[in-house]
Amino acid sequence: AARVTTPFGALAQDTVTLPFANGERRLVRYPGKRPLIQLTARPPQLETPFWVFNESVITPNDAFFVRYHMADIPLSIDPEAFRLEIKGNVERPLSLSLAELEKDFEPVEIVAVHQCTGNSRGFVEPRTAGGQLGNGAMGNARWSGVALKSILDKAGIKAGSRQVSFNGLDKPVMPETPDFVKALDIDHARDGEVMIAYAMNGEDLPWLNGFPIRLVVPGYYGTYWVKHLSEITVLDHAFDGYWMTTGYRAPDNACACVEPGQKPRATAPVARFKIRSFITNLADDAKIASAKPTLVKGIAFDGGYGITDVLLSADGGQSWREARLGEDLGRYSFREWQAELTLPRGTHELMVRAINRIGQTQPVQPLWNPPGYLRNAVETVRVHAA
Amino acid sequence: MRTSLILLAIAFASISGAGAKPLTYQLPEETATLRPAPDMETAQNNCAACHSFDYIETQPPKRGREFWEGEVNKMIHSYHAPISETDAKAIADYLSRAY
Ligand code: HEC
Repeated sequence: AARVTTPFGALAQDTVTLPFANGERRLVRYPGKRPLIQLTARPPQLETPFWVFNESVITPNDAFFVRYHMADIPLSIDPEAFRLEIKGNVERPLSLSLAELEKDFEPVEIVAVHQCTGNSRGFVEPRTAGGQLGNGAMGNARWSGVALKSILDKAGIKAGSRQVSFNGLDKPVMPETPDFVKALDIDHARDGEVMIAYAMNGEDLPWLNGFPIRLVVPGYYGTYWVKHLSEITVLDHAFDGYWMTTGYRAPDNACACVEPGQKPRATAPVARFKIRSFITNLADDAKIASAKPTLVKGIAFDGGYGITDVLLSADGGQSWREARLGEDLGRYSFREWQAELTLPRGTHELMVRAINRIGQTQPVQPLWNPPGYLRNAVETVRVHAA
Repeated sequence: MRTSLILLAIAFASISGAGAKPLTYQLPEETATLRPAPDMETAQNNCAACHSFDYIETQPPKRGREFWEGEVNKMIHSYHAPISETDAKAIADYLSRAY
């Protein structure tokens, strides 16, 4: 089996080994997708092989990761009959067809990273229960659709509204299992940025990424990006479903962390992405030429404040130099960066660390929390110069 | 409107389409099975309804009885898996032995 970080020859393999214990995975081709790392089959959970992030700053639709919770996923959808319901604490409940969504509202577009809350959980030590993912449960896409605000304005939010909940066509297998429903505070829901996307990178949403429409919550963890979105409910109270009150909560403190093995005193729903950065063109144990400039490149992103600096270290974190930032596709997008390093013969630990506009950066020592969420430690890639 | 929301300049091919036929999606077969060990059948009978066995297979290895007891309890209390106390105990034993 190839290491997942190896870009060469991998397509000929049908398994990969993520670099943590019990990291063997099958590469499986789903309709509309290239072979992706299969975490689970029912419901489908697919991870993007990491080398894809070195190919382009926009993640192709056929390589984009897939996360479901409920196994009764929609396998038949009639685009003509499909309706998005807007109900609850509104003046005029709406039932919108896809044609109405496209024609009756001003179209908007944004480039935004989508990332699973549990991305990279396989690297969390001590290990925790949940989806054992490498770093590939993330992607960057150009989303096109309608601002949620336009729809809420048309429905007319009544005074005293506090939250808006979102449900999609996927359902639990047993009716007793809490359905996957998420909620946003009312001000967030009508900030003009949260959107209902009907296209991704200029095409229909891939089926497994939420066809025909999904919620896009720029800068926020993927748990809120409800797929196959079919029901929007305006509430005059805080939504109390399982996936807000129990699932997807992290320690309610500045680091969203506790000492490994400890329980948090209080928790809060996960919110904005923590800042992260990755080297994408060199995998662990890559061989490079010594005493000649080697190109090092990668990506960085944060919760939407905007990446201002990417720093690179070739001496295990003792000294850092600045990388050049690539084109700015907006503050929610992956930001490309690159640098040239000239290294002497021997083995070197390359580390990358991003900083954003409000001064947030990545911890060298990984932070820990019981569900294994929000990992954003400084990444290290070991290279051999000869 | 914020600057990051750029007006869409091009019209997308209509997603509502012309034909009235529903679109369908075909999932590949699932392949994961449980590891043989005593009481595997109890796990097979109780743990297959809501998701495939790779949910179990991909968990971190050798986490011990407390880890698996926690998982079985989560299935029962959070997700309302209908599992008897006797079966729950046998499944936790099986999982901590086999994984
Ligand atoms: C009534 C439904 C149901 C049954 C029956 C069920 N599970 Fe689950 N299980 C779930 C749901 C829902 C999840 C969360 C799915 C997700 O987030 O992708 C889950 C997730 C898991 C996970 C992933 C780790 C985690 O904590 O999320 C494991 C392991 C697991 N189940 C084991 C079991 C075992 C062992 C049994 C039998 C004792 C079982 N399940 C029976 C509903 C069920």
